[in-house]
Amino acid sequence: MSTQARGGPVQQTSSTFIGMPAFPEAAREALDNTQQRKNLRHATHTIRDKRAAVVDELPEWEALRVAGADAKDEALTHLADYLEQLEESLVAQGATVHWARDAVEANRIALEIARAKEVDEVVKVKSMATQEIELNEALEEAGVHAWETDLAELIVQLGHDRPSHILVPAIHRNRNEIREIFLREMAKVGRPAPDDLTQDPARLAEAARLHLREKFLRARVGISGANFAIADTGTLVVVESEGNGRMCLTLPETLISVVGIEKVLPTWDDLAPMMQLLPRSSTGERMNPYTTMWTGAHDGDGPQDVHVILLDNGRSHVLADTVGREALRCIRCSACLNVCPVYERTGGHAYGSVYPGPIGAVLNPQLRGTSSAVDQSLPYASSLCGACFDACPVRINIPELLVELRGRVTEEGHAAESAAMKAAAWVLSDPKRLAGAQRASSLVGRVVGDRTIRSLPGLGAWTSARDVPTPPTESFRQWWARERGDDR
Amino acid sequence: MSAREEILRRVRDATTDVTTSAGATPREPLTGSGAVGADGLTQFVETVEDYRADVVRVGPDGVAVAITAALRERGCGSVVVPEGLEPTWVDAVAEVAEVRRESQTRTHADLDATDGVVTAAALGIAVTGTIVLDHRADQGRRALTLVPDTHVCVVRADQVVQDVPDAVARLRPDAGDARPLTWISGPSATSDIELQRVEGVHGPRNLVVLLVEG
Repeated sequence: MSTQARGGPVQQTSSTFIGMPAFPEAAREALDNTQQRKNLRHATHTIRDKRAAVVDELPEWEALRVAGADAKDEALTHLADYLEQLEESLVAQGATVHWARDAVEANRIALEIARAKEVDEVVKVKSMATQEIELNEALEEAGVHAWETDLAELIVQLGHDRPSHILVPAIHRNRNEIREIFLREMAKVGRPAPDDLTQDPARLAEAARLHLREKFLRARVGISGANFAIADTGTLVVVESEGNGRMCLTLPETLISVVGIEKVLPTWDDLAPMMQLLPRSSTGERMNPYTTMWTGAHDGDGPQDVHVILLDNGRSHVLADTVGREALRCIRCSACLNVCPVYERTGGHAYGSVYPGPIGAVLNPQLRGTSSAVDQSLPYASSLCGACFDACPVRINIPELLVELRGRVTEEGHAAESAAMKAAAWVLSDPKRLAGAQRASSLVGRVVGDRTIRSLPGLGAWTSARDVPTPPTESFRQWWARERGDDR
Repeated sequence: MSAREEILRRVRDATTDVTTSAGATPREPLTGSGAVGADGLTQFVETVEDYRADVVRVGPDGVAVAITAALRERGCGSVVVPEGLEPTWVDAVAEVAEVRRESQTRTHADLDATDGVVTAAALGIAVTGTIVLDHRADQGRRALTLVPDTHVCVVRADQVVQDVPDAVARLRPDAGDARPLTWISGPSATSDIELQRVEGVHGPRNLVVLLVEG
């Protein structure tokens, strides 16, 4: 990937992920969590099967993917023009537009608006951007409680946990854990869970409904992200299932929307491909239950004080990379997570970011730079099987970007990987050395037998996340010589 | 330098390799088709039902009776009606429930204490089973169709379009008078607990679509 000096600075990583172990170490821990692996396998396979079925219904799917990618590319390559147009459209419709260079600035703006309204609580729609900037924590520190209202986000928040999947953030939790969290935590922050709460998902959802409705009805400030921000009309779009989004976007007097600058679509017409691509890729439905579109403030209907915070936070840095910028097309559908054999086994926490899975593996090292161990390791958190590219509704070539990023971190000195590669090159460059290595390997195979090798001296970093196959008791060349040697 | 200027400068610096101007790359224009035929209406009914919403097909004379029946079946004792709702439909509501006018339900608590809502719609989409509200006078402000637990929505056959691009073409906001839009595909639903679909978390748990033909 070309490293240009131009563009903005990388994201300042928050303290949450400083000290986060690199992917191989985190993955090793996650692999031991059999409950999580079972949940994940069930979830990813269910969603991907549903997705495949509804995608198959559309013969023009490939044309839609191209249209989606084209719309995002048009927006990204002329981003300054479309941002200015978006601002103009929003202001004309009565919204207030703010610009935030980084997380600190975005959080400060949101806090100032909440303070001006003299509130000590806000209700929130699930939003990747506000998770990325850790807005809840910033508000909490200033004495403003931010209530997550998506059922899964509520489970994560009440469980003092972190999300593990973009679409179903509490997928690592099972119903009994959720029941315990509700019984233990709901009473501390509002309406308690009913004493006779069972593990039945319908009963658990009912408890969340009652707990949150109290908060919705009194909330004066709502906070959201946006799936799309349309430059030529100034329309913001939020796609959801439960209705909590509609509550947050409708009932409070004041609405604050934190929108990454890459969320811009050039024209209203671009919604046509996007509203087909996103629901089918994300939840495997022809359409999600609820989509809200609002254009500034509308007299007498919904929030009358509408704020939009346009957030950079590393995005302009990614944009400056002419190869890597295609990662900014991402519409956060999570289809790539559900087809990834690595994600399926490790879960989202191992990626050390709110953006897990294949897209996280390319996006995080670009947004945050590659100075930390976790970001150096992420380009290797993939088998490069290509399933994520096939699933991506906007055709982000994730495997190609991962290979490019591997090249970069190796050049920058990802020590274990380059040592292993240098050793392999030395062995492979000379047939005698190769034969010697194979003889040594087959000896190991005879000694070890059928036992799995979990670590090898000298290949520590490599083998700490991979079980090395037991070497065969003889090399292919030895087998050939024994079996077919006479035929030569 | 203000944050606005700095971000725009960063973004311009990041895209100096781009030689085209905005809007210069041709993209497929969006063309919407008209209302659907009989097959499209059947598809609309099937896709709406696929989300476990209830669909009733009626003639123009059957709407009032269908509204009354839908509200009675779901035990709605109080129903909010938008200011511009067809008067005969309001009369139909009054047969089984206490009618609450939109202007009388000023607070969120008023709406929370209301069982149901009856509205018209802006359009329907056959392929996806979606109804769209643009919150004109016969649909009411957004909160009306959000807080009560039962939503009865009347869609005319000539409002049903084939697919998403047709809907997008019809719904383009008017410059200077952009209306909020709510796209609804079935009742409120979640799959957040072990991927088990549960209807009704925060929005209406019952959605009844009355399709008016002829």
